[in-house]
Amino acid sequence: MSRAKPEPVQVVKQRRDAALRALVSGVPYIRFLGIEFERRGDELTAVLNYDDKLIGNPLLPALHGGVTAAFMEVAAIMELSWSTLWEDIEAGRIDLTAPDPVLPRLPKTIDFTVDYLRSGLPRDAYARARVNRSGRRYASVHVEAWQDNRAKLFAQATGHFLMPERTGDD
Amino acid sequence: MNADKLTLARQFIEAIPHAQALQMQFESLGDGRAELSMPWREDLVGDPRTGVIHGGAVSALMDTCCGAAVISHPEAPAGTATIDLRIDYMRTATPRQRITARAEVYHITRTVAFLRATAHDEEDGLPVATATGAFTVERPKGGAQ
Repeated sequence: MSRAKPEPVQVVKQRRDAALRALVSGVPYIRFLGIEFERRGDELTAVLNYDDKLIGNPLLPALHGGVTAAFMEVAAIMELSWSTLWEDIEAGRIDLTAPDPVLPRLPKTIDFTVDYLRSGLPRDAYARARVNRSGRRYASVHVEAWQDNRAKLFAQATGHFLMPERTGDD
Repeated sequence: MNADKLTLARQFIEAIPHAQALQMQFESLGDGRAELSMPWREDLVGDPRTGVIHGGAVSALMDTCCGAAVISHPEAPAGTATIDLRIDYMRTATPRQRITARAEVYHITRTVAFLRATAHDEEDGLPVATATGAFTVERPKGGAQ
């Protein structure tokens, strides 16, 4: 028995990074807020790059609660899309490396609840989302957001999402 | 709440950098109620296939509207911050239509304000989203001003 030769690391990284870039760059609002995604294997971290326009309380100053909510919702939707598309991307069934790829449909938010734990400081913020349940139609996602200290969350959130109908399913 | 305080509250909200970034505009304010709107914009789109505005932008509008309703309450809290906000997305917002949020303080204690809010596009009937939230009530230092 001979095993298939593993793909060169550059090929793997190029495919995954291009797929992530295509997903993220397709959404204007992600650019408006200045959110970027970092990837380690299949793990995503959303990064909210600080900008003065994200301030909600100029006296403190603190990040706008709505910005925190939006940042976490973006992180949840991207994690959910990424985790559902991962196998198709890896198997080459979805190719997002083409110059003008057909983007997959995104999950739709049903509800989103944010728990504000401390005020957001005027600096970069990070978020990671975990898909707790992903069925054919509904998904439940939890998000944690922090700034200087990973253990000290400044907000957490839970949301429910309606999954896009998968075309071509047998 | 007297007219001067109301003007101050309005100026305070309008001076928020993120409210300006989203071009939020007051429709009305006072007695624990607020109405705030913002235009649809290309750079706020969340789903490029449909042009529908991202839920996050609607959240930001509703959060601001709730905060404004709190500071316009007759008991006049000195400030407020969101403790918790839940948003239910009832239907897709129609692209290129203005979104208007209405928020109301339905109960306030010495320390917490409880709010309900809705967001509509330019169609009548079912709101685009509804929200419920709890906000802090920050008292002026050293008692009444």
